[in-house]
Amino acid sequence: MLFYSFFKTLIGQQVTVELKNDLAITGILTSVDQFLNIKLDEIRAVDDAKYPHMMAVKNCFIRGSVVRYVQLPASAVDTALLQDAARREAQQPTTGGAH
Amino acid sequence: MTEETHNAPVEPNAVEEPLDLVRLSLDERIYVKLRGDRELRGKLHAYDGHLNMVLGDVEETITVVEINEETYEEVIRTVKRTSEMLFVRGDGVIL
Repeated sequence: MLFYSFFKTLIGQQVTVELKNDLAITGILTSVDQFLNIKLDEIRAVDDAKYPHMMAVKNCFIRGSVVRYVQLPASAVDTALLQDAARREAQQPTTGGAH
Repeated sequence: MTEETHNAPVEPNAVEEPLDLVRLSLDERIYVKLRGDRELRGKLHAYDGHLNMVLGDVEETITVVEINEETYEEVIRTVKRTSEMLFVRGDGVIL
């Protein structure tokens, strides 16, 4: 649940999502869920020339399992708070997501 | 049938399980090996049981092997990229 809460704090920020198939998409984070599925608005493929087939697409939903990385602006992250939350999370391991 | 009872850690630092050891590395620079011949070096800000992580000031190294068809020699190149802040999904992490 830690990263779900973390991403909720980033809603509205511009992020770059790199997928496992090497496609990189930049957009504004509008929504996230417990599986870390991501919805992005105003998207742009990072390397337009390489991936032209997204030109008509403005918004997208990305399944969490196909994400490799999400690049974030360092200014949006409170590292002390994150580290603190991670320490607490580690003491109570949760398997999967609770419904 | 035999029943196993699991004792939950009473104190925060009582039991040293692998994830507890990772906890000691918070705010330290770490090395992570990923699937796809990728490696990351960065400062660990957060992690969870899936090994999802947030790293700061990361350098990613991708190892590419190119084979020259004519001479059959293998040329190993590495590509490096950097990010200020990167979320890494746990299912790609090997080491």
